[in-house]
Amino acid sequence: MLLLLGIFFLLPMAAMVEFSTRDSQTWPLLVNWSKLSETYPDLAEGIVASLGQAALTALLMLVLLVPTAIWVRLRLPRLRRIVEFICLLPLTIPAIVLVVGLAPVYAWVTYFLGGSSLTLVFAYTILVLPYAYRAIDAGLSAIDVRTLAEAARSLGAGWGTVMWRVVLPNIRSAVLSAAFLSVALVLGEFTIASLLNRTNLQVAIELLGKSSATVSVAVSLAALLLAFVLLLLLSLIGDRRRGGAAAVLTKEPRP
Amino acid sequence: MAEIASTVPQRVATRPRLRGAALLGTVPFFAYVTIFLIIPTLVVVIGAFAGNEGGATLDNLKALGNQYILDAFGRSIALSAMSALIGAVLGAVLAYALVTAKPGGALRRLVTAAAGVLAQFGGVTLAFAFLATIGLSGFLTVWLQENLNVDLYAGGVWLFELPGLTLVYTYFQIPLMVIVFLPALDGIRPQWREATESLGGTTWQYWTRVAAPLLAPAFLGSTLLLFANAFSAYATAAALVSQGNPIVPLQIRGALTSEVVLGQENLGKAMALGMVIVVAVVMALYALLQRRTARWLG
Repeated sequence: MLLLLGIFFLLPMAAMVEFSTRDSQTWPLLVNWSKLSETYPDLAEGIVASLGQAALTALLMLVLLVPTAIWVRLRLPRLRRIVEFICLLPLTIPAIVLVVGLAPVYAWVTYFLGGSSLTLVFAYTILVLPYAYRAIDAGLSAIDVRTLAEAARSLGAGWGTVMWRVVLPNIRSAVLSAAFLSVALVLGEFTIASLLNRTNLQVAIELLGKSSATVSVAVSLAALLLAFVLLLLLSLIGDRRRGGAAAVLTKEPRP
Repeated sequence: MAEIASTVPQRVATRPRLRGAALLGTVPFFAYVTIFLIIPTLVVVIGAFAGNEGGATLDNLKALGNQYILDAFGRSIALSAMSALIGAVLGAVLAYALVTAKPGGALRRLVTAAAGVLAQFGGVTLAFAFLATIGLSGFLTVWLQENLNVDLYAGGVWLFELPGLTLVYTYFQIPLMVIVFLPALDGIRPQWREATESLGGTTWQYWTRVAAPLLAPAFLGSTLLLFANAFSAYATAAALVSQGNPIVPLQIRGALTSEVVLGQENLGKAMALGMVIVVAVVMALYALLQRRTARWLG
C-alpha cells in the first residue's frame, strides 16, 4: 500500500525530470538568465513579477498584521475574536469567488495606480492573511505579551518602543515564518493573477505550456522544488511549536 | 533612577476597555480588509441579486437553474466528493504510517514539507506534472505504449475530463489529508491501547471499539475540509481543461472572460454566491465535528 502511494507520488516528479531533460538545452537555459529572458521574455517577466509580488506581499502583510495583532492583544482584547474571524475569512471564500468581487475594486486600483502586476500585492495580502495570522498569533501566545508590555511601560517606554523593541524581538521566529509562508503562497498563486489579466510566474508557466511544454515542465519542477526548500526551512524555524510548519499550513478555519 | 522617577507616571492598561484612542490603532487594518475583503464579498452577494441595469432581481439566481449550470455544480460536487473520499482514505493510511516516526525527526519534517508543497502550491505546476506523466506524449503513456503495448487512451482522452481531474486532484488531496489528520493521530495516547489490552481486548477490538470511534469525527471533519478544498480549487483545472467548462470554477471563468453574452457578469456573481454557500455549509458541518474531536483529541 505504502509502496503504491510512494510510486503514485514519485512517478509524476520523475516524469517531470524525464520530460524536461528530453531536450538537453532546457536546464542550461533556465540557469542562464540573460539567454532565458531573451528566448522567453514572458517567462522572465513572470518570474520578476512573482519575486516582486512575494517580497512586497510579505512586507505589507507584516506592516499591517503585526502591529494590529500586538495592539489588539494589549489594548483591545475584546476585538480579538473579530480580528481572528476576519483573518480566517479568506479560507472560506474560494479565490475564484474573491476574483469576481475584486474585479470592480481593481478597476479603481488600475485607475489610481495603473495596471502593473505588482498591484496584485493588495489581493495577495488578503490571501495570505489566514496563514500569516495563525503564525503570528501562535508566536504571541507563546510569550506573555501583557507582562512584557507592562514591565516596559513601567520603565517608561512608549507604545512604539514596546512594540518595536520589546514584543517584536520576542516573536522573531513567528514573524519569519509568516513571511516565509507568504512568499511561498504568492509564488504559487495563479487564479487571481490570471483572471485579473496580470502576470506572474504561474501565469507565465501556463502561457508557455501552450507553445513550449518542455520548458514549462522544467520551470514547474523548479518552482515546486523552491517551495519545498522554503517549507523545509520554515519547519526548521518553527521548531518548537506543536505541529510545526504543517499546522500553520492547513486550510482549517480555526486558530 | 532619578530620571525614571521624574517622568510622568504612565498608565498601564490593567483593565482592558474599548477606548477611542486605542481603537484608532486598528484603523489601518480594518480599512484595508474592508476595501480588499469585505467589499469584494459584498460585491458578489449584492451583484448576485442585481439586474443588468441596476435594481433588485432574482433573475441571476433563476438562471442558476439552467441545465448547464446545474450540471456544472453536479460535476463539481461529484469531483470534490470523489477526490475527497479517495484522498481521505489514502491520506489517513499515509498519516498512520508517518505517526510512528518521531515528531521532530527528519523523515516527518521532509514528508510534511513535501505534503505542504503539494497541498498548497500545486495548482498549475501539478497540471504540468500530470501532462508530463500521462499526457499524450507523457512519460508513462509513451512507456506503456512502447513496452507493454497498452494504450492509456484507448477509450478516449480522459485526462482532460472528470476522471483525469479526479486523479490530479487526488494528488493534492492526499497530502492535505496527511497535514490535517496527523494532529488527530498524534492525539491518540498509547495508554488507551494499554488499557484495552489489560482489560483483555484484542487489537481488532482496540481498533473498532476504541480508536475508530475516537478518530471518526476527525476523519469526517478532514474529509469535509478536503471536499471544500477541491470544490474551491481553480488553477489545476484551468491549466488542464482549455475546452469547455465542465466545473463551476471554470464556468465562472467563462462568465468573467466572455464579453459575448450580455449580462453574464452578474450570472458569474450568482454562481460565485452558490459556491460560497456550498463551502459555507460544508465548513459549518466541519466546525461542528471539530468541536466533537476536541473533546478527546485536543
